[in-house]
Amino acid sequence: MNALSPVTQAAKPPRVWHRFTPAERIGRSMVYVLSAIAVVWSLRTIEVIPEFLYDAPEQTADLFRRMWPFDWAFYPEQVHDALIETFHIATLGTLLALVLALPLAFLAARNFTRNPALNWLAQFIFVSSRSVNSLIWALLFVAIFGPGALAGVMSIAFRSIGFIGKLFSEALEEAQKGPVEALTATGAPRAMILVKGYWPQVEPAFWSVALLRWDINIRESAVLGLVGAGGIGVALDASLNNLYWDQVGLILAVIFSVVVVTEIVTSWLRARLI
Amino acid sequence: MSAPAAPGRLRPPAFPANWPARLAWAGLVIYTIYATSVLDVTLARFIAGLGNAGHFLSRMFPPNMAPDKLALIYTGMVESLQIAVLATFAGVLLSLPLGLAAARNLAPVAVYGPARAFIAICRSFHPVIVAILFVKAVGFGALAGVLALIVATMGFVAKLFAEVVEEMNPKQVEAVRATAAPFLNVLIMAVFPQVMARFVGLTVYQFDSNLRNSTMVGIVGGGGIGAPLFTAYQRFDYDVVLTILIIIVALIMLCELVSGRVRRIFQ
Repeated sequence: MNALSPVTQAAKPPRVWHRFTPAERIGRSMVYVLSAIAVVWSLRTIEVIPEFLYDAPEQTADLFRRMWPFDWAFYPEQVHDALIETFHIATLGTLLALVLALPLAFLAARNFTRNPALNWLAQFIFVSSRSVNSLIWALLFVAIFGPGALAGVMSIAFRSIGFIGKLFSEALEEAQKGPVEALTATGAPRAMILVKGYWPQVEPAFWSVALLRWDINIRESAVLGLVGAGGIGVALDASLNNLYWDQVGLILAVIFSVVVVTEIVTSWLRARLI
Repeated sequence: MSAPAAPGRLRPPAFPANWPARLAWAGLVIYTIYATSVLDVTLARFIAGLGNAGHFLSRMFPPNMAPDKLALIYTGMVESLQIAVLATFAGVLLSLPLGLAAARNLAPVAVYGPARAFIAICRSFHPVIVAILFVKAVGFGALAGVLALIVATMGFVAKLFAEVVEEMNPKQVEAVRATAAPFLNVLIMAVFPQVMARFVGLTVYQFDSNLRNSTMVGIVGGGGIGAPLFTAYQRFDYDVVLTILIIIVALIMLCELVSGRVRRIFQ
């Protein structure tokens, strides 16, 4: 009985093809089950006040009725200057973030800095920078520098360091070794290896990350004013508190058009530069 | 004396000067100087701010670990997490059909044009602004935060999902279509197997992003940890602010670890 008879062999079912290994299937099912549990738990315990929901359609209709027609006279009074300020906050914040993130990205790239402790330190700075939302950074910087554009610039910069640094260090790690080794072989100093070996390879990635973040920062800087960090958000906050919804509507329309223009400009620049 | 006086080089330099790039750099520097002067960002203010920062940090330390504060923070943090979970779940469910409708290779022009426009509108407003509008529409509380983040989720996931669908291999779609399969079967047998891994990746990424934003919608009344954070800030309870910040950063780091694992499972 130690050898299978031909009869039992023929009776064996044909091998079934599975797309995933058992371990993969278990992992996937676990993720599905845990996600389902999380959703059910959230649905059952989240606090929703039903009384507020009854008049939601009325409130929404009221919101739009009060917004239209826009208070156009408000634009030259306050919105225009605030808009320019928002633009400067976003751009300066992005530039400052680029300056701060560049050396950190070189520290974080494992092929450039061969020191795990320094890599880890830079990664830690990136994660902390990204975890704290720009509005919360703005709260902190308003407490330090007082209300105004300076706090806005700093919060945009500190929020962007993590984003730019992470993406740029990943681009650095993907840089090819060839040019770097060639320069090393000529006895080039380390600074020159950086400028002529790494930089030309990662420059497109650098500018594409910078443009991407600038686009995001234009959006973010529009709300920083809600906590006093300058820009068009200050005007928005004032109009909201006064319940001047026609001014709110105008500001929202202005923000929308700026965002659309920014998207067009960044995609044009990206096509030309990269 | 007899050496050739010609200053020209025998070979062109290995790294010739790139004048357009230099001009662009100079332009950036000039803009920076101009913008700092317009914004009244001066060194004096910066230095005064550094003094304030010392004062501010000294009031932050040590973080406040009083049990009543921790209970308050726990409630807020759990609500933030719930907002993120629900917004990701509902937003992703809505993004699936929206992303397919916005894919040029699957949908006719009459469908993908409006779908693209809708996604663009969702993307263009910051979640906080959307939260303000929803607070007006459905009142204070977590629901406004969930709805605001659903809009943000649709703007991001549906846009990138549409791009993923547009990049997929058309051969499998053609093969399934050649069997006269109805549209739903084309989706299930040809489209989803190709794009689901990327879709899960996008979902996981958006969950991280929603968690970050759910800590913030509370500032405008959208529920979550933002409300206790803003209250503590306005009362100058900076030690409580620090506790909340530490907990937020820790939770987000934990979620990034988990989402990294999930992404690896689905690759």
